[in-house]
Amino acid sequence: MLAITIPYWGQSLLRVLGGIVAVLLPAGTIVYLFLFKMMSFMQSRLGPMEAGPYGSLQLVAEVGKWLQKEDIMPERADHRIFKMAPLIVLTSTFLLIAVVPFGPDAWFTNFDVGVFYMLAVSSVSVLGILIAGWASANKYSLLGGLRAAGQLIAYELPMVLAVIGVVIQAGTMNLQQIVFAQNAGEMFGWNGLGNPYILTQFVGFCVFMVAVQAELTQAPFDMPIAESELVSGYMTEYSGFRFLIFFIAEFATAGVFALVASVLFLGGWGVPFSWFGWKSIDGVANWMNVVGPIIMFSKMMLLVFLIMWVRFTYPRFREDQLQRFAWKVLIPVSLANIMVTAILKVVF
Amino acid sequence: MALKPKVPGLVKGLGVTLNTMLTTITKGANTVQYPHEKEAPPIRARGVIALREDNCTSCMLCVRSCPDWCIYIEAHKELAPPRRAGGAPRKVNRLERFDIDYALCMYCGICVEVCPFDALFWSPEYEYSEPKIADLLHDKTKLGEWMETVPEAPELEAGADNKGKK
Amino acid sequence: MSVETMLGDRQKLAYIAAQAADARLNVELETEGMTLNIGPQHPATHGTLRIICRLDGEQVIWAEPSAGYMHRGYEKLTEVRTFPQVTTLVNRIDWLGSFANEVPFILAAEKLMGVEAPPRAQHIRTILFELSRIANVSLFLGDLGVQMGAITPVFMAFRDREYVLNLIEGATGGRFHPNFDRIGGLFNDLPKGWIDETRATMKKLRNFCDEMDALLFGNEIFQTRTRGIGVIPSEIAVQYGLSGPNLRASGVDYDLRRDQRLPLAWDKVDFKVWTHPDGDSFARCWIRLQETRESTLIVDQLLDTIPAGPIMAKVPRIIKVPEGEAWVSTENPLGEMGYYVISKGDLGPFRVKIRSASFNNISIVPWLLRGVYVPDVITILASLYFILGDIDR
Repeated sequence: MLAITIPYWGQSLLRVLGGIVAVLLPAGTIVYLFLFKMMSFMQSRLGPMEAGPYGSLQLVAEVGKWLQKEDIMPERADHRIFKMAPLIVLTSTFLLIAVVPFGPDAWFTNFDVGVFYMLAVSSVSVLGILIAGWASANKYSLLGGLRAAGQLIAYELPMVLAVIGVVIQAGTMNLQQIVFAQNAGEMFGWNGLGNPYILTQFVGFCVFMVAVQAELTQAPFDMPIAESELVSGYMTEYSGFRFLIFFIAEFATAGVFALVASVLFLGGWGVPFSWFGWKSIDGVANWMNVVGPIIMFSKMMLLVFLIMWVRFTYPRFREDQLQRFAWKVLIPVSLANIMVTAILKVVF
Repeated sequence: MALKPKVPGLVKGLGVTLNTMLTTITKGANTVQYPHEKEAPPIRARGVIALREDNCTSCMLCVRSCPDWCIYIEAHKELAPPRRAGGAPRKVNRLERFDIDYALCMYCGICVEVCPFDALFWSPEYEYSEPKIADLLHDKTKLGEWMETVPEAPELEAGADNKGKK
Repeated sequence: MSVETMLGDRQKLAYIAAQAADARLNVELETEGMTLNIGPQHPATHGTLRIICRLDGEQVIWAEPSAGYMHRGYEKLTEVRTFPQVTTLVNRIDWLGSFANEVPFILAAEKLMGVEAPPRAQHIRTILFELSRIANVSLFLGDLGVQMGAITPVFMAFRDREYVLNLIEGATGGRFHPNFDRIGGLFNDLPKGWIDETRATMKKLRNFCDEMDALLFGNEIFQTRTRGIGVIPSEIAVQYGLSGPNLRASGVDYDLRRDQRLPLAWDKVDFKVWTHPDGDSFARCWIRLQETRESTLIVDQLLDTIPAGPIMAKVPRIIKVPEGEAWVSTENPLGEMGYYVISKGDLGPFRVKIRSASFNNISIVPWLLRGVYVPDVITILASLYFILGDIDR
């Protein structure tokens, strides 16, 4: 709980501000560090170097450029829906951050069904993408929107199934409790590392990361955007500020999904509790509220590095191959994972 | 269809990108930060055509051989003082205008090749872009300034027979 | 008043027929096709090629390429240029391998004049020819990645293509448009140190080929995208007049470098002509990768054996080509490229017919694209590898 002296409206204000920071700060960092710099290095160039030291203000310059651009809307587009679409996509990101815990007391909401909520709101962005594709009155956008809808629905399922393994092992759907279970747990009587689920749920982690990759429409699953086929997919007709919102949403969602994955599989904000002799979640020292977010951030960066590394290396699948991969490989694998986890849970 | 990703190919690809990233970080990038550092073009690079005005006799060979007719020459005949005392005054062609429209030029080098009096040279200079296309029409004083940037012709590879042109 | 009473008899019949058709459609749950114009401005056509596709869902049921958006009229332009001026025009047909465009034209003119370039010039011509092939195909390898969504290969391709362009620029002075070939030989000899530089670059290029092999060709995603997609059987390939790597990928062992005698140095080196039995997109891409590697080996062999001597045969200063007709074609990076030159004894040609490889290579597109998905359209077009200047001329 936050300090009691802060009135309720103050708490709400703090949470809103915190939410905006928690979404936009990772998004900006990801864009600069990975999209501008890492991609350039992987292609043996330096990336932006002019705006600020080592091009660190490039993103500010880009935002300035987008804000100046004309807001173009096709004449035949469904104007109201067309304007709504990017906001829906961004809203999904903000809703998602609400359940992510950053420290023992640093959270926005402490839901008992956090996992359930997270999986539900993450699919809201599908709606935004679909209506963006439909409202643009463009054939490429329509194809992109339909592809996105098919893809995101197909990959929602392995994601849910992959998380179920974690839920079975932790015995709770509360994300805070999952973090606690990982850091207080022990492996075969040894508690030096806690029990991060990436070790016991490695299959689940892999399926989850593949599903995240598809959910984020990053290569090799980027056929909704597919700039060489569909020009820019559902974003083709968007320009200026509206495109900027899509752009922010893309990378903010990458950050938030990485945060969720680090909570589910890497032990979230915590360090193994045995290091400091903490016994329960109330015993955790207060300074973890400051250190916790930093730990989360570094874990997130690691996972985003993985996502982006794959993105900059692989070519993309075809739409039907992607569906086949989801239904014939990922879903059976994650179902088997659930079964094995359940059996082991009962046995031990 | 075997869609199950066999690990080696995918991992090898990741290795290539990671390798490139590490090389870029440790040894520097392959790119050049243009306005701050510049690459030296090869000696023979066809950057811009320089004119040595004294050598030009306005014979119009370059104008006629240009495939897109982008050289403009105007000249008039003048009487110059005789070489020997008491001789008749010579008639010389005095160049009034020698313009090359670089917006039209295809950089083929035929004019430099046909010039019988060594008045035209290639210079590797390349920084002469203009905001307006009409400003790319350069006159003889500008072309003469580029004479300073013309390098010596390079030595030839072993086994070469004739002396190279510029 | 109902709709029927407002219409004439004929219209009424048409209206009823349309109603019936609609009903039948609804019964059969048939859907309406959609026409998708890929191009003329589209990221996948690297130029201005328009492909009209009729789609059923994402499946192409009918496709037709519509060329000519970049027609520059080179065949006509040559008629008002002198012979030395034509090379600077034909440079621009296939702009990625421009030196290779000059050679067949110059050879045709030499054939008419009855002169032959000295051995050293033939040798250097062949080296530059192979270098322009490498410059051309290495860009293809990078572009292939972009068409399939991998963004990194193209930068690697540009990085290593730069070395080849530097070589071409160092020898000829022109980066993209060398205009180095002259009737009777070459404009100039090689500058000092060029041969060593080329040897070092060829090593880099082989390294680049290995990188591409690991990054793209070994990638399972790439293979699922290209294997079995856009299969051209060998007899169909011959019927549509394909040439170059596209033909060899269908298993036809035909390479003009080996199969015809030209005054060039290919008969002095050993090289393997790669063929692939499959004829699918993967085969076409793979053949090009192997040929790039083979080209670097050819250049290495040629560098060792450059004969000494002049680079220019005796030709008059003002070139007048005697009356006659000549056809010369060579194995260009994109396929067979040839010039049919008719001269009436003037300074310039009377008529030039250009047979460019890409124009014939894309003629198979309507046959090939029937029944494939939209993403495969891009893959197949990328694997056919055309250059717009080469199609439209």
